[in-house]
Amino acid sequence: MRRIVVVGNGMVGARFADEVRRRGGARLTVVGAETHPAYNRVLLSTVLAGGIDPAAIALPVADHVDVRSGTAAVSLHPATRTLTLADGTPLPYDDLVLATGSRAWLPPVAGVPGPGVVGFRDLDDCLAILDMARPGARLVVLGGGLLGLEAARGLAARGVEVTVVHPAGHLMERQLDAGAGAVLAEVVAELGVQVQLGVGAVSWAAGTGLTCDDGTVIAADGLVVAAGVRAETTLASDAGARVDRGIVVDDRLRTSLEHVYAIGDCAQHDGAPAGLVQPGWDQAAVLADLLTGADPTARYRGTRAVTRLKASGIDLTAVGDVHADDDTVELLRLTDSRRGRYAKLALRDDRVVGGIMIGFPDAAASMIQLHDNGSPAPSDRLALLLGRALPGEATPTSDPGHLPAAAVVCRCNTVTKGSLVAAWRAGATDLTALRGATRAATGCGSCAGTVEGICAWLAATDTPAPTRDESHERPVAAAQLRERAVRAESGELHERHSRAIQLPDCAVRSEESTHERTEGAA
Amino acid sequence: MARMTADTHCPYCALQCGMTVGAAGEVAPREFPTNRGGLCQKGWTAGSLLSHPDRLSAPLLGGRPVTWETALAHVTSSIREIQDSHGPDSVAVFGGGGLTNEKAYLLGRFARVALRTSQIDYNGRFCMSSAAAAGNRAFGLDRGLPFPVTDLDDAEVVVLAGANVAETMPPLMGHLGSARLVVVDPRRTPTAERAVASGGLHLQPVPGTDLVLALGMLHAAVESGAVDTAYLGARTSGFDDAWRLATQWWPERAERVCGVAAADMRTVVSWLAGSSRRYVLTARGAEQHAHGVDTVTAWINLSLALGLPGTAGSGFGTITGQGNGQGGREHGQKADQLPGYRRIDDPVARAHVAAVWGVDPASIPGAGRSAVELIDAIGTPGGPRALLVFGSNLRVSAPDAARVASKLDALDLLVVADFLPGETAGRADVVLPVAQWAEEEGTLTNLEGRVLRRRRALDPPPGVRTDLDVVADLAAGLGCGGFPTTPRAVFDELRAASAGGPADYSGITYDRLDAGEALHWPCPSTDHPGTPRLFLDRFAHPDGRARLVPVDHVPAAELPDDAYPLRATTGRVLVHYQSGAQTRRVDELALVEPDAFVEIHPDTAARAGLADGVWARVESRRGSVLARVRLVLSARPDTVFLPFHFADDRAANLLTNPALDPVSRMPEFKVAAVRIHPVSGDSRYSDYRHSQAVEAVAT
Repeated sequence: MRRIVVVGNGMVGARFADEVRRRGGARLTVVGAETHPAYNRVLLSTVLAGGIDPAAIALPVADHVDVRSGTAAVSLHPATRTLTLADGTPLPYDDLVLATGSRAWLPPVAGVPGPGVVGFRDLDDCLAILDMARPGARLVVLGGGLLGLEAARGLAARGVEVTVVHPAGHLMERQLDAGAGAVLAEVVAELGVQVQLGVGAVSWAAGTGLTCDDGTVIAADGLVVAAGVRAETTLASDAGARVDRGIVVDDRLRTSLEHVYAIGDCAQHDGAPAGLVQPGWDQAAVLADLLTGADPTARYRGTRAVTRLKASGIDLTAVGDVHADDDTVELLRLTDSRRGRYAKLALRDDRVVGGIMIGFPDAAASMIQLHDNGSPAPSDRLALLLGRALPGEATPTSDPGHLPAAAVVCRCNTVTKGSLVAAWRAGATDLTALRGATRAATGCGSCAGTVEGICAWLAATDTPAPTRDESHERPVAAAQLRERAVRAESGELHERHSRAIQLPDCAVRSEESTHERTEGAA
Repeated sequence: MARMTADTHCPYCALQCGMTVGAAGEVAPREFPTNRGGLCQKGWTAGSLLSHPDRLSAPLLGGRPVTWETALAHVTSSIREIQDSHGPDSVAVFGGGGLTNEKAYLLGRFARVALRTSQIDYNGRFCMSSAAAAGNRAFGLDRGLPFPVTDLDDAEVVVLAGANVAETMPPLMGHLGSARLVVVDPRRTPTAERAVASGGLHLQPVPGTDLVLALGMLHAAVESGAVDTAYLGARTSGFDDAWRLATQWWPERAERVCGVAAADMRTVVSWLAGSSRRYVLTARGAEQHAHGVDTVTAWINLSLALGLPGTAGSGFGTITGQGNGQGGREHGQKADQLPGYRRIDDPVARAHVAAVWGVDPASIPGAGRSAVELIDAIGTPGGPRALLVFGSNLRVSAPDAARVASKLDALDLLVVADFLPGETAGRADVVLPVAQWAEEEGTLTNLEGRVLRRRRALDPPPGVRTDLDVVADLAAGLGCGGFPTTPRAVFDELRAASAGGPADYSGITYDRLDAGEALHWPCPSTDHPGTPRLFLDRFAHPDGRARLVPVDHVPAAELPDDAYPLRATTGRVLVHYQSGAQTRRVDELALVEPDAFVEIHPDTAARAGLADGVWARVESRRGSVLARVRLVLSARPDTVFLPFHFADDRAANLLTNPALDPVSRMPEFKVAAVRIHPVSGDSRYSDYRHSQAVEAVAT
């Protein structure tokens, strides 16, 4: 059985171990420098916000995997296919998988690293920040990217006075355009987070605070650095692997070293957006296919970038190329800064190539699916852009006179307004009589109010026949016949919204006069 | 003798609405807690089949009318011959979830004792098997609703996962009037519309990803502090393992797979957590998947995390489909089961039931094949060569219908007991005409586990016998006399056989039921009041705890690709029931939905060159169907919907995937990859509008 050694027991390394376990056929050893069991790094900002207990973010541990936590790998020897651990133990392998991830990048600021400064990358960082996050404490978050904002939002929710210092002109500039960045800044401010844009940090002094390049000093008790990450490539580069921003890999996740692979944040693949977990998980599945032999043709072709800000009170999604804007691009955009909403979609040949949604959660969900699947976008562009926020075309009406005759009032028994009208005219002039004559409201009963409304409307506008007309004994079927004929003639859409009518809640379009329709069809 | 009128229940779904039937078959609604005097259009028109011109009135042998003696002699001699050459398991029985408890029970006894075959299963495998397996796994017991339907009246929030009750059991909606509803369905169903109107939400996931949605919601429950830790500690086990898998499904990630906004997941969880009377109910939409058991389990896990099951005023349940879908899954017409919801591989259960049957425990066969596997084994070495079908139209209702048809045609002997010439009967060697609901006595167990009396309002037509008579006669013909034939006698035997089992009916009697007692099983003695609410003190596992079983997402067995780029999902419409063999023959119902249709988004239709109302051909890798195009703006552009009530070249199950759930053996009815295109060059389908509409008006 092949012996696979994984370096890194983070989200991607653990995921790879699980993928291999599902397929079977290999012996696995996972080496991790952190002492914690593998945990879900994505949830650290939720831990910071107080949603999840630090102990509860552990990832599933694959059975029959030799996991060595708290064990750093110090050197890699491709010639002998051996990994050397910190305690000197040599670990032979058939295949080596580097899943070493990334580390927080500390910008060149005087006093960093130093007392009162914490990066925001791993669980220990998270615990250290929580230690500083007493209500009323003042913290500066250096970096207004995804992670910095998630941290700031979580800290604000804990009653911390938070200031985000961000050198770029708008927040999350990698994922957002300036318009979205501006809306986001307002939303963030509403949630109690101060934002300083276009400002660089110069120096940090514990007990004083952060001095910025515009000369201001932000008084603070602690500094959280979330200024970006760098791929952790030391082991690979020391062993002679080709390293650029990360360890360069091909579609089979091979590094330039024989039998050495890299996945996740430490790897560099043209199709993999940085800083997200999904590419690493996709790569883990492909590599597991390859190394277990489950699918020797598996290739990693890239992952579509979807950025979701995980912060309570902010619903932000960005996909693809949010800056796409040329002659071939169809651009849809709405800025509603007062309500903290922003929607932008870039389409090319009917396909979503990029987009940003702030405050439109259901439209965002649709956008992600369209972007992931590459399927054509719906032709109703407004609905696409705004989702449920788009007001319905119909005008609400509580006037039964405006219902079309073909409107089904009682769905349980397929009774249309037209058949109720006919039965009413035949002498069934109250709810009980209409129930008997048409079976309306004899199913779940929820249309009883509507039927009564139609009675009242008819009483005010029409006259029943003096005697009961036997031909209306079973008007249901007759009405259905007419309805089908009319519907087939008109090619009417079967829009389910309009098929059953509830008054007064339900919005119904007034299409034609009931009298015309009823009499015309009779 | 015909009675004046009989207080009985509707022949269709598991809500079993109370109705009165007159001697001429006329139906009137009756006050009963489930329907409160309401009926849907199916119920109102149920009586019209009693005297339908298509009604079978004489046994058919090779399509020709023969006497009962000839028909039964042919069946028994053929069975003997086949079993002599090929062994007991060469004869199989296929039952149905619409059969009374008495029939379901007697069929199980007939298979094990008279035929000595292990090969018996039923169409409930296509219906309740995933929910049943998940319920047993989590709670140690499977009763669809462990509380009376009327408990829902006071609910504040009800989540309906894959349930379209506004169409499938309309009077149930009367119990949901005060609740904020959340409907999980890829389609904007009438139930989903009601959810929106109630101030609730319609969550519209990609078909086959419901499990991800439930995992995302469990994650949201944890992250928002909504989990009832005291309840979990006191009444459950397994949370940590279930959570560990759910850690990987933070709402934003779940959203990317299932297409439901993370914000909606959090909203629904906050509604559930913020109210004290809340329910999660699943139905076929969640269950009819190759991972249906796990999907139901994911909803159960969410319910347990929030402290719903076994809590007064809250709960988890599954909405049973067929009329006796509950009782039908308890008394032995299932391949692995003996009466009283006992396991056939349990020596104690075998000894108990053998004593009631007066046979050697060792003579009772073991577990047989599940429905799809049973059909699949036809024509293979060791597979069934004869099949006896009661209360099922599997040619229409089983997945991959073309294959089912070829399998049935490969049988040496196909016997179908039915009251109408359904599609399965149409291919049978022997057809046995049997009585309908209003012509017979018996009991059914409704969706809430309450045992109900079905009563005779009129005599069966001449030449028609009851299923119980048929089974007893066949048994006698096979040398196994002494089968009871009166429903009361069969029920008394069932009571004894079920005594001590999980579904214990021993304390339920016809007299108690006729006196108006509301008896929910278990009811272990004649002075026991029955159990309307289960699990209030303890769950049915030996340790009294409910179990959270860790589950993770597995994609649908067949995903769209370039050749078959759309997902097809199947379901029901209000005016039809199951395979449609009955409701398609009721003019008033057929008029509302006369033919197969396919719901499709206008954009998707336009790209396929389809307009509203034209005929389309929908194709999967397994077959193709004809259906009229119905443009639906609220449809997911990646998904089409077809109702499965139609037959022949309109049977939606020609498309469906027989991939099976590893636990329940439920086929994947809800997801298949398809393509769609116009029907060209066939004049029969070029001018449907005129033919349908004009024909309808002329009728």
